[in-house]
Amino acid sequence: MKLTRKEFLLTAAATLAGIAGTKTLSTVKAAADDSTGASTPRWAMAIDFQKCRWDQGCNQCVQSCNEAHNIPDVPQKSHEVKWIWKEQYKSVFPQQSQWIDPALTSHPLMLLCNHCGTPPCTRVCPTGATWKRDDGIVMMDWHRCIGCRYCMAACPYDSRSFDFADPRPDIVNINPAFPTRTKGVVEKCNFCEERLGKGQRPACVEGCREHALIFGDLNDPASQIRSVLRSRYAMQRNQELGTGPAVFYLL
Amino acid sequence: MIEKALTGSKRYWYWVSLLLVCVATGAVMYMRQLSYGLGVTGMSREVSWGLYIGQFTFFVGVAASAVMVVIPYYLHNAKQFARVAIIGELLAVSSIIMCMLFILVDLGQPERVLNVLLFPAPHSVMFWDMVSLSGYLLLNAVIAYNTLNAEQRGLPSPSWLKPVVYLSIPWAISIHTVTAFLYSGLAARPLWMTAVMAPRFLASAFAAGPALLILLIVILQKSAGYDPGEEVIGKLATIVTYAASVSTFLVLVEIFTGLYSGMPHDREALTYQYGTLHGLWGMTAWMWFSSLLMIGALFVLYIPSLRKSRVALITACGAVFVSLWMEKGLALIVGGFQPSPVGVLTAYRPTCTEWAIALGIWSLGALMLTMFLKVTVTIRAAVQ
Repeated sequence: MKLTRKEFLLTAAATLAGIAGTKTLSTVKAAADDSTGASTPRWAMAIDFQKCRWDQGCNQCVQSCNEAHNIPDVPQKSHEVKWIWKEQYKSVFPQQSQWIDPALTSHPLMLLCNHCGTPPCTRVCPTGATWKRDDGIVMMDWHRCIGCRYCMAACPYDSRSFDFADPRPDIVNINPAFPTRTKGVVEKCNFCEERLGKGQRPACVEGCREHALIFGDLNDPASQIRSVLRSRYAMQRNQELGTGPAVFYLL
Repeated sequence: MIEKALTGSKRYWYWVSLLLVCVATGAVMYMRQLSYGLGVTGMSREVSWGLYIGQFTFFVGVAASAVMVVIPYYLHNAKQFARVAIIGELLAVSSIIMCMLFILVDLGQPERVLNVLLFPAPHSVMFWDMVSLSGYLLLNAVIAYNTLNAEQRGLPSPSWLKPVVYLSIPWAISIHTVTAFLYSGLAARPLWMTAVMAPRFLASAFAAGPALLILLIVILQKSAGYDPGEEVIGKLATIVTYAASVSTFLVLVEIFTGLYSGMPHDREALTYQYGTLHGLWGMTAWMWFSSLLMIGALFVLYIPSLRKSRVALITACGAVFVSLWMEKGLALIVGGFQPSPVGVLTAYRPTCTEWAIALGIWSLGALMLTMFLKVTVTIRAAVQ
């Protein structure tokens, strides 16, 4: 059989399209089959305004997180990488009462990924590089992320950072137990899933000397977080967006 | 067929060389971005999309606007459009390739781009954007190639091409609708989360695209002696006038809703664009320049005697194109990030590297279009 160049190119294109189509179909099918029903924990965190000592310069939660997760100390502020950071009450809760006791609201609050019940970031991710686990943790796969930053546009909490350059030279002390990231990917708080897997509490919770951070399972009625949410008024950021945040601020 | 683009006058080769130099400059600067990371751009943690995504959005519109010549010619049998329909389709092909390149240079990990195919995510609008854009590229490439191929052999277009052309019409609407959904589906960004986004995108596309077509026709008349006729220029001018009016109307509707309702985030986002917010003159000068260009263009387009003057029409079309380019190609994207969810305003200015990479992509688009049009003009001249 003699092929002209045109026929060869057409056949090659058709074959490639066929391979791509088959692969797509099988992946979509696998995704559809993936259903779970087991009762699993729903991890959440509560931050106690009254105990937090940020006004006195305590920064222990941020430091513990930075050390545990190889967070680079990027000199250029606009390219900053942060998993936990602080903001003033009035920028975190602009829609809430500004007349609360200044002792509680005048110092900055701790911010982190809210590990939403219906996360907008995982919905928009075109590769499944960020997804929600059954226990509610919103995860990142730094090997799959293509760096399109759609998740950053979709996050209503400003929780995601992008590695605008290789972060490794800016890491003060590399923790060999946790992966470092490459340039061009998005990263954020992972609720210390690597520690939870070993039965430990998140690094920020361990680091807080004032016990202002309460971490636990919302599905367990006997957990400390459930008890504290029963008895105290708790605020959630941008609740009206329907994201179901798992981070609570206790007044 | 493509060999016809490889012979030409001195002027043709000067133009091609100029474009090649710009493409090479863009490529060199992209190498720099590739080795350092997106830190060489003006983007930041707060403004995480900028010129690249803006230009992507704008050129999806230019590509979609091909229907403004395809509909009259194929659906309404308006013969005046006979020599323009192909220009629209070729412009669509070049624009879509530019769009894909703008997405590619915006990626932090471009070598992983095939993950979009390997791990398809139908819940992501970006997945559907990829499907619709590649489909539209394929449709227009098939239509343009087969039309020209038939003409070259002195045959009528193959009969199976008609349904393909009809399919390309809703497909064109879909590419810009899906692109609007990229933004309007985000609750985190009040400036974007509006149902008017898709209609507004289509209206601005149908103004900017035909405005560019009029300019291209004028260039072809002067430089290649290819004359699609005066009548079609008048028809296109009417299309630009209506579409630019609808687009402006929709912008005003947005501004009213955001400001009058007093919703804090919408109000702040709009104030950042058109006024002063927290004492900062955000993008005010940029937005007002764009608005004044549009007002001036509409003035010219609304007055028949002015619109019929060649110089005035060219100026008005240039103004419409630049105005919408400024608004949709940059301001709309950057504005969506202002203020950030925690109320921070962050200035964004594209860096020289970013402009050079964009210049490289525009030049590559212009180069492709030049070559496509050269082939078309040569084939049609030979047929006559």
